[in-house]
Amino acid sequence: MKQEDHLKTGTAKTNKLPHPTAVTVTDLNLYYGQAQALKEINLVIPEKQVTAFIGPSGCGKSTLLRCFNRLNDLIDICRIDGEILLNGSDIHAENVNVAELRREVGIVFQKPNPFPKSIYENVAYGLRIQGVNKRRQLDETVEWALKGAALWEEVKDRLNDSAFGLSGGQQQRLVIARAIAVQPKCILLDEPCSALDPISTLKVEELIAELKSQYTIIMVTHNMQQAARVSDYTAFMYMGELIEFGETDQIFTNPRLKKTEDYITGRYG
Amino acid sequence: MKALIKWIADGTPWVWLNAAAVGACILLVVGLLLLIGVRGMGHFWPLAVQEIVYQQTDGSEVVIAGQIREEEKVTAGRLRESGLKVAEDTEFVTRYLLKTGNRDILGQDFRWILEPSITSIGKPRSMVVFEREEWGVFIGRLIAVRESGELLESPDTWGDFQRVLAHANTLRDEIRDLEKGRIGSVNYRLERLRLKERRLELEGKDDEAALAEIESDRAELQEEYLGLEEDLGRLYTELRRDAVIVSTVDGRDLELTMAVIVDAHRPNQMHLPGKLGHFFHTLWKFVSDDPREANTEGGIFPAIFGTVLMVLLMSVFVTPLGVVAAVYLKEYARQGLFTRFIRIAVNNLAGVPSIVYGVFGLGFFVYTLGGSIDRLFYPEALPAPTFGTGGLFWASLTLALLTLPVVIVSTEEGLSRIPRSIREGSLALGATQWETLWRTVLPMASPGIMTGLILAVARAAGEVAPLMLVGVVKLAPALPLDGNAPFLHLDRKFMHLGFHIYDVGFQSPNVEAARPLVYATALLLVVVIVLLNLVAIRVRNRLSERYRGLES
Repeated sequence: MKQEDHLKTGTAKTNKLPHPTAVTVTDLNLYYGQAQALKEINLVIPEKQVTAFIGPSGCGKSTLLRCFNRLNDLIDICRIDGEILLNGSDIHAENVNVAELRREVGIVFQKPNPFPKSIYENVAYGLRIQGVNKRRQLDETVEWALKGAALWEEVKDRLNDSAFGLSGGQQQRLVIARAIAVQPKCILLDEPCSALDPISTLKVEELIAELKSQYTIIMVTHNMQQAARVSDYTAFMYMGELIEFGETDQIFTNPRLKKTEDYITGRYG
Repeated sequence: MKALIKWIADGTPWVWLNAAAVGACILLVVGLLLLIGVRGMGHFWPLAVQEIVYQQTDGSEVVIAGQIREEEKVTAGRLRESGLKVAEDTEFVTRYLLKTGNRDILGQDFRWILEPSITSIGKPRSMVVFEREEWGVFIGRLIAVRESGELLESPDTWGDFQRVLAHANTLRDEIRDLEKGRIGSVNYRLERLRLKERRLELEGKDDEAALAEIESDRAELQEEYLGLEEDLGRLYTELRRDAVIVSTVDGRDLELTMAVIVDAHRPNQMHLPGKLGHFFHTLWKFVSDDPREANTEGGIFPAIFGTVLMVLLMSVFVTPLGVVAAVYLKEYARQGLFTRFIRIAVNNLAGVPSIVYGVFGLGFFVYTLGGSIDRLFYPEALPAPTFGTGGLFWASLTLALLTLPVVIVSTEEGLSRIPRSIREGSLALGATQWETLWRTVLPMASPGIMTGLILAVARAAGEVAPLMLVGVVKLAPALPLDGNAPFLHLDRKFMHLGFHIYDVGFQSPNVEAARPLVYATALLLVVVIVLLNLVAIRVRNRLSERYRGLES
């Protein structure tokens, strides 16, 4: 399944994929005050696949990730131009309800950030926000989400205990459960394993592999092996630019550009 | 030299300096508490009554009795200057402050006596200290008891007296219930009726039917009042029927009715358990009774009640206002020059002298707002002001304003301690900013808010100056909380411990009698503030326990 002809560099306006498109980024520029953090990003992300962003620290991968659910809006000095289409509709359009957009695009951060509530309430949080208060429906969804995040077996007997009592890896899976409980279309993972031990990392990676059957997953990672292991597509970013985007196999075995090759083989970064 | 430099360089002097500073602080606090504790609590301890044969300056001898309150050494020179004869070879003379009581007979209830002039001194077991409704204590002997007009012949005079006293106290309780409770309630309803009539008059709705209804209500109340007054009169007569015959130490007999006598004890016959019992009994009465005799006797319950109620109301006003302001400043407002300016202004507000707040409260709340409220809602009471004069509501609001900066600053600090990831986590689940605030951020900031409240309470409970302008009085006729609807009377004036200290200490005609009360009241004020703070701290600790994981 060689797609090299289609998968040109990210600077190409379109890149056709063998999968339906989830997110389309066109001419995206992002500035923090005077400094430009993202330069002319053009990218098409496939649906129900794992796409990994790799690149050295400060290259803008997390910034790009946070564009997809408009979390950058929270930063006063941040300015964006360009277009991001989620399932064909512009997320910056005036009639977009940001809260609704964020419900469709869940995010999991580097450090697990459970709320100071019980395990149950953490998972039910998004539902309660939506006004779901029926006990039965909540129970079902919480169980389903925790099972989906491969955490149910470990916590089913202590759902009402504080979420802070969980280990780091469990907390991270809890946060993933919390994200999938609201049934998003797309899940953003911002270095989800960088604060975890190898065993927890393995569990989360297995989870990602399972989740991709239902969700579009976009992840940022520092760990090249991880990108190679779990992702289907990989984007290499450098200094705010998208250098190369393609199937993971191709990027890692046969990168088109020298910069990508240098980074992957550890010559800089 | 080198050793010294090394010693300084390794920081040992610093440790000592810091430890010394901490030690000094602890010493000061403990010293302060000890001083007011000992001086204040000593007031309740039953001191022995000394019977003294005393040689006066003119050489004649008198017998006096009293409790030695203080003892000090003065130089003989000072006494000679004031015209007293002192032996040539003495340099220092001890003198005692004797609480003689019996102000109605002696004209004063304290006097200084010189040790060399004491001819003899003793503690006769029969001495009794009577606490009275007026004229302070009476110190003397109990001769006989008159019950229902007849002198009792039984040999156990003290036992008879105890029985009569218990009966008198029951009557007194009944009288108080009647006066403060039912008669107070009738008066309150009569006043409401008068206001209702006046309102109808003002609105031009005073037709025959309405007036007749009011008149009939009034007649009913009047009748009830007359009935109650009759009961009251009967109780008073019954109370006056019993009396005791007492004699002063120099042999003057007089009769005191039981309407006057509140309590009595014989300190010279008490042993430690009895003294302890008396101590706690009088301490309790001090805490739970109303003041008497221009606040120099009786208890301070209305002041404690007023202080606590005012602080609670203040908390109710300041917390939402401060939290909402802080949330806007921190969460919604665009950070810039303007918010910085507001922050500086808020911080400076905390430094404004409290009396300035008092002036503001008087000028704005009482006169402007209160005056308008009166014109709009209470025209029937004019020209007597309802809210147009100082009262509990305005005092609480003024103090809320005074403590607002503290709450804003600590709430802001609490908010900024919450990691961004928590907010983003909530927003990422589709919560709006408001939902994030309400469901996650504010609960997590609640320990910070409580810290602000603790500081606010500590500051507010101790304020006196602004309160004098906006509603605290030396003697309030009624508590601001009672059984008459609407139960909480925000317009009423109230008493306050801090002002009580000032009033008793500096405005009292009877300085010697007031002094221990100043200490006792000060101690109670400290206790009240500590208790309020303990409650708040407990709440805060529970909250931070709940959101403990925040730091990890």
